[in-house]
Amino acid sequence: MTRVHTFDAIIVGAGGAGLMAALHAARGADVAVISKMYPTRSHTGTAQGGVAAPLGNMEEDRWEWYMYDTVKGGDYLVDQDAAEILARESVDTVLELEHLGLPFDRTEDGRIEQRRFGGHTREFGKSPVMRSCKSADRTGHMILQTLYQNCIRRTIRFFDEFFVLDLIFEDGAARGVVAVEIATGEAHLFRAKAVLLATGGFGRMFAVTSNAHSLSGDLVASVLRNGLPLEDMEFFQFHPTGIYKMGILLSEAARGEGGILLNGAGERFMERYAPKLMDLAPRDIISRIIQQEIRAGRGVEGKDYVYLDIRPETINRCHSAPHGRMVTAAQLEAKLPDIIEMMRVYQGIDPMKAPVPTQPTAHYAMGGIPTDCDGRVLSAGLDAVPGLFAAGECACVSVHGANRLGTNSLVDLLVFGRRSGRAMDAFCSGNGPAELSPRAGEEALAELSRLQKTRGPERAGVLRAAMQRCMTDHVGVYRTAQGLEEALQTLRELKERYHRIGLSDSGRRWNTEVLEAYELGCLLDLAETTAASALQRTESRGAHFREDFPERDDANWLRHTLAFRAGRPEAAGPGLRPGGPVSEGIRFDRRPVSITKFQPEAREY
Amino acid sequence: MFVALKIKRFDPERKPAAWWSKYRIEAGPAERVLDLLVRVKDELDGSLTFRRSCAHGICGSDAMRINGVNKLACKTLVHELGSRITIEPLLGLRVIKDLVVDIEPFLAAYRRVKPYLINDEAPPEGGRERRQSPDQRMRYNDTTKCILCACCTAACPVFWADGDYLGPAAIVTAHRFLFDSRDRGAADHTAALVDAVGVWRCRTIFQCTLSCPREIQITKAIAEVKDAIVRRTILGK
Repeated sequence: MTRVHTFDAIIVGAGGAGLMAALHAARGADVAVISKMYPTRSHTGTAQGGVAAPLGNMEEDRWEWYMYDTVKGGDYLVDQDAAEILARESVDTVLELEHLGLPFDRTEDGRIEQRRFGGHTREFGKSPVMRSCKSADRTGHMILQTLYQNCIRRTIRFFDEFFVLDLIFEDGAARGVVAVEIATGEAHLFRAKAVLLATGGFGRMFAVTSNAHSLSGDLVASVLRNGLPLEDMEFFQFHPTGIYKMGILLSEAARGEGGILLNGAGERFMERYAPKLMDLAPRDIISRIIQQEIRAGRGVEGKDYVYLDIRPETINRCHSAPHGRMVTAAQLEAKLPDIIEMMRVYQGIDPMKAPVPTQPTAHYAMGGIPTDCDGRVLSAGLDAVPGLFAAGECACVSVHGANRLGTNSLVDLLVFGRRSGRAMDAFCSGNGPAELSPRAGEEALAELSRLQKTRGPERAGVLRAAMQRCMTDHVGVYRTAQGLEEALQTLRELKERYHRIGLSDSGRRWNTEVLEAYELGCLLDLAETTAASALQRTESRGAHFREDFPERDDANWLRHTLAFRAGRPEAAGPGLRPGGPVSEGIRFDRRPVSITKFQPEAREY
Repeated sequence: MFVALKIKRFDPERKPAAWWSKYRIEAGPAERVLDLLVRVKDELDGSLTFRRSCAHGICGSDAMRINGVNKLACKTLVHELGSRITIEPLLGLRVIKDLVVDIEPFLAAYRRVKPYLINDEAPPEGGRERRQSPDQRMRYNDTTKCILCACCTAACPVFWADGDYLGPAAIVTAHRFLFDSRDRGAADHTAALVDAVGVWRCRTIFQCTLSCPREIQITKAIAEVKDAIVRRTILGK
């Protein structure tokens, strides 16, 4: 028996973007937030280092400098109209969070304290600037808690531990979602005037990742399956300092406070590559250089890792703390308590006494669901799909272009979460409710029921591990046509095998086995789209580095990629155009980059 | 090394009573207990059910009883436990399936302390931040770390005896706001604390403090809340 709920606005995902949107949409609209977890489990909570805003509390700062850093950091693939909004509105959203209760760290005179972060500079690249507003190294935790607490205050309706399977479209407009209540296994239809997707990333397609188990991109896959495009999927960020082998994030704040990277020879190798910003160069550059050092045999003990050194004696010897100040172990423990604890717990190393092994870890999807600056999802013809919105990591505005700067994920989800919430509220007040067809949600429910009954010979866990290994090996920091073709071949074989998996839990209540299998299907679709998008972009830009095309090629590739899958084109609305097939089942189109203030230049740090 | 993993199971769709599943699996000393659970689910028994997400001690999903102590499975390594590992669901909360417990009563207690900053005064000129000195900020720092994992409340004998007791996590949350210099809602936060199932039920047993994976000094925070209530309601300060 399928239950039907009706709201003005449905928000899928209860991380920073979803909750910020909920608070703003709920000023006028009747809102429900649906999440497959409890909201405070969302991955926003693991963000560490801070949220950028040119408050100028520590030293002079300007939104123009911040916008420039964001555009240059993204290797000029950033849409500059969106980056200007990001840079300008960051100040107001950070202050809004403070008013909502967020416990930021404070300066002596009681203002929000700020720290340096990778790629954030003063005077258009001159030297690092203190722009990141933070609460020790648990800024994301504080943002998530504060937003959830305020949602409780505003009595926003939550459907916790409801797994959304698919979007529902009627006549080319989004009309709701179909979900399963995890506790009971019952199907629920949510009917709404507007739907916001705020489901976060999909880093679980990689073997070494900082991403939570839950980040499987279910609704990003749903967008693709419904015939809508995904943008810039080839741009996936590898954060330079993941805990060796585990991938757990060690914040860039470690280097913002003075930590440095050392190769096997004990050399501070970033000096050679980025003389101005050194260890605070953007993430794509540092990850690439770490891999280069490892390939040249300069990893620690010749292995595939380098050291992150945050010992006070090292920082003081290198004068690498802000303004060359001296630091003590106690100060570092106060500024970086969680990551220091993580090094102790997971690596068994006291980072005040020894450097810790790190390696690049799959961290953040710059690409995703294309939207305009108010979160409206764009169709193939770049028209807004009526009633469909997206914000946060799952969306591609694009403020991150080819490489996101540290702290900008939190700014993105706050600024564009808020704008999406407001736009949804306005959309709901101007539109009436729609009826759902009797077949709404049927396909996704049938797929789930097929999975639950399937008793084939393949194990989902084996396929997942093979996908993750393939993506890390061939669609990682360095890419080649040969490796990407191999990856596509492997992924297509895995998709074939996926149809022959066998599950053992036939129960309805809390059947996480079948939900994990559903997530795997979504990840396989997104992995294939990522690999195919990487194969067709024959240049190197930001996080996408092709060894066979090592230069940036603005003449041909200063364009966003749009990737489509053959699916149900009727949902895509107007503007669906045929494109040349680059790989089986996926075809590509391009769209121009918005360039307003900053013309592309060579990217040096 | 090989570990003997013993997991308490419950699935009313299959059997009315709980049972134990035993597995002998290979494990590295630096592996997380969560890694072992994921491996059992992927390779041996797909029906094993537990919550998990971030896998590094921040999201608070995978609180469970590990060798008799409430811990996060993702923040407990094999070498801390030795070769015999026994895993059960948290006590004091209704078991739904295997290691998944019903945390709705836990969150209901959280909501009762009005877990949000209450201050309806206009913000400073120009919409800037409310000022707070570093000392004022650090006054409530410890209790901002709570991840709502329920390790503390589910370790509290008073809560085991009476599920209506607010429990340590809710009191920790009240502390976070009561000691925030920006908050003006002390009366709202404490309304639930002073009733019959509020903070005075705490018997200072320290189980909460010992089980907190974030090392929050919970018993101390509860004592400070009691003290603040006495000052406010009896001494009028």
